[in-house]
Amino acid sequence: MNSNEEPNLPIEADADQTLMDQATLVRRAGHSRRTFLFKLSLLANGVVGAVMAVPIIGYLLGPGSKTAAAEEYWVPLGPITNFPEGETRLATFRNPVTTAWDGQTGDVPCWVRRQSGTTFQVFAINCAHLGCPVRWFSESKLFLCPCHGGAYYEDGARASGPPERGLFVYDHKLSGDLLMISAGTMPTLATRQTTTAETLTQIAAAIPSAAIPMPKPRCASCQD
Amino acid sequence: MPGLTQTGKNIYQWFEDRLGLGKPVMEAVEHEVPESTASWWYVFGSAATVLLVMQVMTGVLLGLVYSPSAGHAWSSLEFLDHSVRLGWFLRALHGWGSDFMIAIVLIHMAQVFLFGAYKFPRELTWIVGVVSLLLTLAMAFTGQVLRFDQDSYWGLGIGASIVSRVPWIGGPLVRLMLGGPIIAGPTLTRFFALHVFIIPGLLIAMVAVHLWMVLRLGINEWPMPGRLVSKTTYTRNYQKLTRDTGIAFVPDAAWKDAIFAAAIMLAVMACAFFFGPFGPTGQPDPTIIQTAPKPDFAFLWIYAVLAYLPPSLETPMLFIAPVLGIGAMLLLPLLSPQGEKHWSRRPIAVLMVAVIAVVLGVFTHLGTYTPWSPIMDAWTSDPIPVIYLQGRTPLERQGALVLQNKQCRNCHSIGGSGGLRGPALDGVATRMTEDQIFRQVLQGGGNMPAYGNALSPPETKALVRFLSTLNNKNEPKAIDASRNLVTAAPDKTAPVGVH
Ligand code: FES
Repeated sequence: MNSNEEPNLPIEADADQTLMDQATLVRRAGHSRRTFLFKLSLLANGVVGAVMAVPIIGYLLGPGSKTAAAEEYWVPLGPITNFPEGETRLATFRNPVTTAWDGQTGDVPCWVRRQSGTTFQVFAINCAHLGCPVRWFSESKLFLCPCHGGAYYEDGARASGPPERGLFVYDHKLSGDLLMISAGTMPTLATRQTTTAETLTQIAAAIPSAAIPMPKPRCASCQD
Repeated sequence: MPGLTQTGKNIYQWFEDRLGLGKPVMEAVEHEVPESTASWWYVFGSAATVLLVMQVMTGVLLGLVYSPSAGHAWSSLEFLDHSVRLGWFLRALHGWGSDFMIAIVLIHMAQVFLFGAYKFPRELTWIVGVVSLLLTLAMAFTGQVLRFDQDSYWGLGIGASIVSRVPWIGGPLVRLMLGGPIIAGPTLTRFFALHVFIIPGLLIAMVAVHLWMVLRLGINEWPMPGRLVSKTTYTRNYQKLTRDTGIAFVPDAAWKDAIFAAAIMLAVMACAFFFGPFGPTGQPDPTIIQTAPKPDFAFLWIYAVLAYLPPSLETPMLFIAPVLGIGAMLLLPLLSPQGEKHWSRRPIAVLMVAVIAVVLGVFTHLGTYTPWSPIMDAWTSDPIPVIYLQGRTPLERQGALVLQNKQCRNCHSIGGSGGLRGPALDGVATRMTEDQIFRQVLQGGGNMPAYGNALSPPETKALVRFLSTLNNKNEPKAIDASRNLVTAAPDKTAPVGVH
């Protein structure tokens, strides 16, 4: 019942109508009070909703708020004797950040190129175009991508196809005779450097192995 | 018997007195529609709805067994396929149902577009329909992710790589999409929530709104050339048409919908029975890199477009084209709510549908055999045809060996087998001189990598010699005309320079 639609009462009302008039007035007052209370309840619910939205949005955006750097750790790829000089080998490591139910998806492959002695390049498996797994062909000295036919030279530089850039590279270091890389997040344009080499053979500076600290062993599933 | 009938009626009435749904439902199904709409062209929407119901049902049934854990999803699919009785058939129904649903929804859209049904007063019906199409595609993509195999894993990688290109917030967006730093357990669970709760909820709501509006506004009448839609007269004319030629939707018009829906369901069942479920392909172990990931049928065209786009156009295309395309579809009814409905007077509309269909078809076809992808094992699997080795010198035959060993055939076919990434080498000597082949091999170019580093000089020499023996039958080898001129007639040309 909308109070605005109440008919205008005649000025000369009889007793009954006066009574009704009073009842209507009381009803009107009650209505406006209840309308006010209803608006108040809307407001209260709005506030409660907003308060509740904060943790929900926080929960939803949680994974996006961590930076890539916060989840990068030094992981060992194995002793350098696993990687013959002048060759490129597939290495795999367990991602430093995993959950107990990740299964095989927690294992990540990468390409290790040992140019000579202590000079290494470690490339991501993910094509710098759209992330498909590139494969090394030692005879033609090319990385080929199965998805859209991207090709890279042995030093990771772009050779042909849709990729606009060289392969993604992991930072690496030698710890004793252990090859370590800094890894943890999926290599994409947003997280990783790409090979910038323009020439066919790139001569990277050797890393002095003495000044490298030993990696701290860490729990793979605590996500700290 | 009459007693039994009476009891049945009483029971119905008992519920009807309390629910009160029977009457409005009967009114809705028996509402009058213009006779012209009782056509075989008007059956696609209802078929899509029936498919949606089937997808929900089979989806729930698969949910009885499926395990949305990255470590177990793949094995639970294998378990469904091999150890659960008829599990394979349910998977096949759900998979084929998805392909059929996309196809029927697209046909429905094309029909509605060509019949001008998006015009006044059904603009919002169209817009809700477009949203439903997008949700259907989202179901297909997330469903492919739940089939957690190699294609799914690397498909997520492609998705993440695309998202990572969003300016400024690419990194956080990737992590939001993956639910963590890599494709792993949390990725699968969020796609599970999307595929099983969020998107179906939205889709069912959208379809309900869509149907409600179809009932409320009446189904689009069969368009007549020259009968223009005008906001002032349309509703009156439509009501008159319904009054004059109206037939009850059920049963007079709906029997065609029912028969078509039954035929489609039968087709889904036949496909499921004869072709079986999709995948799963290899297990989602990223360290197994011997794979050529491919998206499902509905997305093959995007895969092909990504292979052919010039690199510089790629990022803009990825983010601008969808916005424009979806925006155009959403705005269409608002921009042209009135006017001609009939396809024969809307040549541009017809042309657009034809061009889009052909483009999608061509790219999808290309996507099925991916001519741009190297064939990774061609170099070890396909021999050089013997005819190309006959009558060759030892050096040339050595060159054939180089061709094989250096994996040239992963990209170049010869004798009809090998990759299609580069041109076939069968008639290469007809097209290029020896010098040109040398240059191409060593320096690359035109989408070919340079092999200067991968070939020793003797290997290069042998390879090029072999390639220069490959001219087409009855066509001479390419020659350097200027060189011939110089070497063949030094005397005659000499005086010209002396003057
Ligand atoms: S993902 Fe490697 S070429 Fe596209």
